[in-house]
Amino acid sequence: MTHILLRHREIPDINKLDIYRKNGGFEAFKQVVTTMKPEAVTGVIKASGLRGRGGAGFPTGMKWSFMDNKNWPHYVVANADESEPGTFKDREIMERNPFQFLEGVAISAFAVGANTAYVYLRGEFWQVAAILDDCIEAMEKVSLLGKKLFGTDYELKLYTHLGAGAYICGEETALLESMEGKRGQPRLRPPFPPSYGLYGKPTVVNNVETFTNIPMIISNGSDWYKALGTADSAGVKLFSLSGRVKKPGNYELPFGTTFRHLIYECGGGIINDRPVKAIMAAGASSSIIKVDDKVLDTPMDYASVRTLGADLGSASVMVIDDTISIDWVISKTVEFFKHESCGKCTPCREGNYWMMHVIERMKAGEAVEANTELLLSVAKQMQNKCLCALGEFATMAVVSGIERFPEDFTASSIGGGHD
Amino acid sequence: MTKQLVNVLIDGQPVSVPAGTLIVEAAKKIGIDIPVFCYHPKMEPVGMCRMCLVEVGRPVIDRVTGQPVIEDGKPRIQFGSKLETACTTPVSEGMQVVGMSEKARTGQKEIVEFLLTSHPLDCPVCDKGGECPLQNLTMQHGSSESRFNFEDKQHQQKHVPLGDLIWLDRERCIQCARCIRFQDEIAGDPVLGFFKRGRATDIVTYSEPGFDSIFSGNTTDICPVGALTTEDFRFGARPWEMNSAASLCTHCPVGCNTTLNVRREARSNGRMVVKRVMPRQNEQVNEIWLCDKGRFAHHFSASPERLVKPLVRIGDQLKESSWDDALNLAGRSLNEVHQDFIVLAGGLLANEDLFNLKALADGLGGKAAFYTHMGGGSLTANMGMSKDANFGEMGAETCILVAASDLYHEAPLWYLRIKQAAARGATLIVAGGRETRLEKYAAHVIRYAYGDESQTIGALQDSKAGQAAAQAVASSQNLVVLYGSDGLGLEGSSTLAETCAGLLEKTGHAGKEGSALIGVWSHANDQGAWEMGFQPIQDLAAAFENKLVYVVACDPAGDDPALAAALKTAKFVITQELFQTETTRLANVVLPAQAFTEREGSLTSGERRVQRFYPAIPALGETRPDFAITASLAQKAGLELEGVSSLKILNMTASKYRSFEGLSYASLAEVSPQWPQVGRGDVYYGGTTYANTQGLGKRLALVKEAVSRTEMKPAERKRPNDSELLAVPITHLYDRGATVLPSTILHAHIGEASVWLHPDTASRIKVGAGNMAQLTYNGTATLVKVLVDEKVPASIALLPRSMGILINSPAAITLKVA
Repeated sequence: MTHILLRHREIPDINKLDIYRKNGGFEAFKQVVTTMKPEAVTGVIKASGLRGRGGAGFPTGMKWSFMDNKNWPHYVVANADESEPGTFKDREIMERNPFQFLEGVAISAFAVGANTAYVYLRGEFWQVAAILDDCIEAMEKVSLLGKKLFGTDYELKLYTHLGAGAYICGEETALLESMEGKRGQPRLRPPFPPSYGLYGKPTVVNNVETFTNIPMIISNGSDWYKALGTADSAGVKLFSLSGRVKKPGNYELPFGTTFRHLIYECGGGIINDRPVKAIMAAGASSSIIKVDDKVLDTPMDYASVRTLGADLGSASVMVIDDTISIDWVISKTVEFFKHESCGKCTPCREGNYWMMHVIERMKAGEAVEANTELLLSVAKQMQNKCLCALGEFATMAVVSGIERFPEDFTASSIGGGHD
Repeated sequence: MTKQLVNVLIDGQPVSVPAGTLIVEAAKKIGIDIPVFCYHPKMEPVGMCRMCLVEVGRPVIDRVTGQPVIEDGKPRIQFGSKLETACTTPVSEGMQVVGMSEKARTGQKEIVEFLLTSHPLDCPVCDKGGECPLQNLTMQHGSSESRFNFEDKQHQQKHVPLGDLIWLDRERCIQCARCIRFQDEIAGDPVLGFFKRGRATDIVTYSEPGFDSIFSGNTTDICPVGALTTEDFRFGARPWEMNSAASLCTHCPVGCNTTLNVRREARSNGRMVVKRVMPRQNEQVNEIWLCDKGRFAHHFSASPERLVKPLVRIGDQLKESSWDDALNLAGRSLNEVHQDFIVLAGGLLANEDLFNLKALADGLGGKAAFYTHMGGGSLTANMGMSKDANFGEMGAETCILVAASDLYHEAPLWYLRIKQAAARGATLIVAGGRETRLEKYAAHVIRYAYGDESQTIGALQDSKAGQAAAQAVASSQNLVVLYGSDGLGLEGSSTLAETCAGLLEKTGHAGKEGSALIGVWSHANDQGAWEMGFQPIQDLAAAFENKLVYVVACDPAGDDPALAAALKTAKFVITQELFQTETTRLANVVLPAQAFTEREGSLTSGERRVQRFYPAIPALGETRPDFAITASLAQKAGLELEGVSSLKILNMTASKYRSFEGLSYASLAEVSPQWPQVGRGDVYYGGTTYANTQGLGKRLALVKEAVSRTEMKPAERKRPNDSELLAVPITHLYDRGATVLPSTILHAHIGEASVWLHPDTASRIKVGAGNMAQLTYNGTATLVKVLVDEKVPASIALLPRSMGILINSPAAITLKVA
């Protein structure tokens, strides 16, 4: 199929500005700035059914419509923090099809009345930031950014900003705190960024992939986009496939594609053709799905995956086969969340630390049954109490892992996995 | 603008509160204490600790009509699936909050369990035990056993000196951020912060020297665990071993309310001593805070250097004597001189002491003089703070002008409250000869050359900054002017006071409620002395000659060699003091006075609030209260004064002096409910500050009739020139004053006798920073350390007072490398 987002797979040089423009690039931005009212642009995105691609799946047009029009200036911030384990889609976009992403940011800035937009990248992406800086410079040179764009009064400046190595800065309010030069810790919500965001001003924060959809929706229309995917989840999604598959990587597929198609058609099946045991659909922040045929034939969209007792999230599909023991999996996720917990709230700070120690004792074979019970209890105790989603999500793999795969938590089976 | 009231139910009880009130505050109004750690009523909520989890139900609103859905005649309430934090959630109409349900209590219990997994089992050795929010809430909400494996408990540093006054125990810290937020939001010294993240989060200090803030002690009150302790008190005593006495801080004119915790202990040879000074809540004065000087400089009252027996001069030596002998000798001399005597009173004396001294002077026909380096105070009886005017309520309707005063050093709690008033919209104007901390919060800053103080205030329109300031002054509904003695002596400050009073008159604010003239005095009860008609004498040396001099609570000989010489020409010198001073060393009779910790009395703050202090420890040795000594002396001269009951003396003060009208010990002891409610069983809410059950004090009335003012010879306007520097006296918080020096923990902050120069000035006179130099003035030379600071104006030398450099007014000096 012809890619909408990963267009470099058909047009390899699309990361060069002249090639991008030759393939229709920045026509949508020009159309929007010269012929449309900002509210109308938001209307198109609303009608398209586009939902946020960072994991929460919040309707994008609705988020833009929440911007407080009594408080100025407005900002747009692209969340390029991409730190969820198993997620590597935004990186490919920014490295290989950066202008489409930036055009999406520009269109969204116009739609919400922002004259300044930022791309917040995780600190480890300094090379990607350099690529984007070059792109921005190229855009400025041909007046695609700056003052009086396309002969109108609209002006826009784009900046990149690097984080410093914290997963929590992918949480939108922690991201804004980090951009303001403070410790990257989540704020109290409400208020939400569209009323109180960067420097206390209304701010749209969206994921890189979300923005990359925007120019195509403007060019081809919201009806075209809505026809792709499913009624609940419109459009296409980048699925970051990883784990025990033969061909891991990013696959752009319409919503509604089944897990089976992704794993076997795209991913080439499991290494050594072993059976699939479990799927984590949302990276480390997932509930672990116990796989059977019904699961494999479930369409991948937000509503359908929820019927499996899990969330599609950012669609970072990690595939687990029967050579992996679930206790090993959750020891990895817990170690990750314990390292990344910002420490602001008690349950996440203390709970993750506690869970990690219980798991270490379990791995050493100490009182496995009692510790499994304790681990489940501690994880459940953290739920519904944390200040932000990190603490909540840290418990998902643990609770679902223990409840759905009890056979992996016995004294004899503990510790089977790959290091 | 009154806020709309909202009706809610908390644990079944109804309460009506203004819209926007947080659940935790609404609950307090009906006596329900929701447990908190990170929340503090004086700071913005952060919702970090998650202890205040409650169930919150809201009326279901019909999406079509926008009205609540009614079921069985009542709105249908939908409770959220998650518990919510009461400290961050404002109430809404019809809300129902449940904190006592199984679900809520389980949530609270689980949070306590989480906190205790990392918290060390230190209670037996931890200072906080007995007044510890974590202990209390664990008893109330926690489980008795831990499921956490003890060997997995993390170990961290337990004795981290954050500065030299505050210690941090990293294991005990529960990362509530109250200390960081206090320093950021309230103190305005953001010197603490978090370092690292997750379970490794630590408190660190970013300043050099560490924890560089004069408000640092307050963090130990609000820390909910024993993580922050003071150098002064740690390992000192258990809270339940101590008794409390309501008292006042006597170090500056703010008059912070304190509670003294005392204990009789073997360590102090069986004496009862003050173990620590704690804040006592008075929302009109110091709220629930103290500055570090008030908190830590209390050791003078127990100092072994205290005078405990009368002394009389025999030959060239002072020898111990009995009260009878000493009083007889002093009384005989008083009778002999008839009216040829002068009473010299210092501003550290209580109202009752001052009343008796004035009564003695007036009654026997002698002179009464006020020993002070700062003048102009009689004007405040006409136009000082009155009625209910309060820094804590000032906002956009008030313009506050601070002239020639470094409030951060001279009156820290006024600095804090005025800074907060500016944040609430008050127009703050700071006029000074050098940059001071308060300027950061000022709308207008006026910089003048030292010597131009009065001229600048008198003609505010003269500079660009002055024009904007003059506009604000003229157009504000209320005008509050604080004047100090930064770079000024007696004459200079008196002239400045007149100018400030003139400004209030010219702009129509003088004597109006909400406007005021306030002197930033150097002593706690200077205001009381002014109100009772004490006046300074410009040529004090001449006033001593051939007279009997009765010096009470001041040290003229130690402050000025000219006065020391003048005292030698006096006929007879009677002194009444806490410690030996240069003056007592010249005296004929030395009478030992009680410190305020050993007696009761009242003081008048610079805001003209009279407040009581109560005895905390038994009197040392044979000391007697100042007023009693004065009465005994008067009696020897045939004048009957009250010498037993300070209550009676205050009644007489109220009868005699118009501004004190209506005041009595009973009225001063009145209390009314204060908000936030502190000091009850919920020490986790406000911190370990004490509730005020002993008196909020009362404001003096304004006097309509003109008060007598001393004619002052105006000061010569001094300017630095090429060969001389202009030394200007300034005030630092910590100095070598008699009531500060005995606190050895403050010695690093007091430092040594120093002058501050601009780096260019220092290099011009060829003295390096940190070097010792010889300061020559009026023929005498002193050794001082030279320090540099870019904020010092050119050719000016800043001279902190009470450091042994005996210059009291701006003066030309020479500085040479030693």
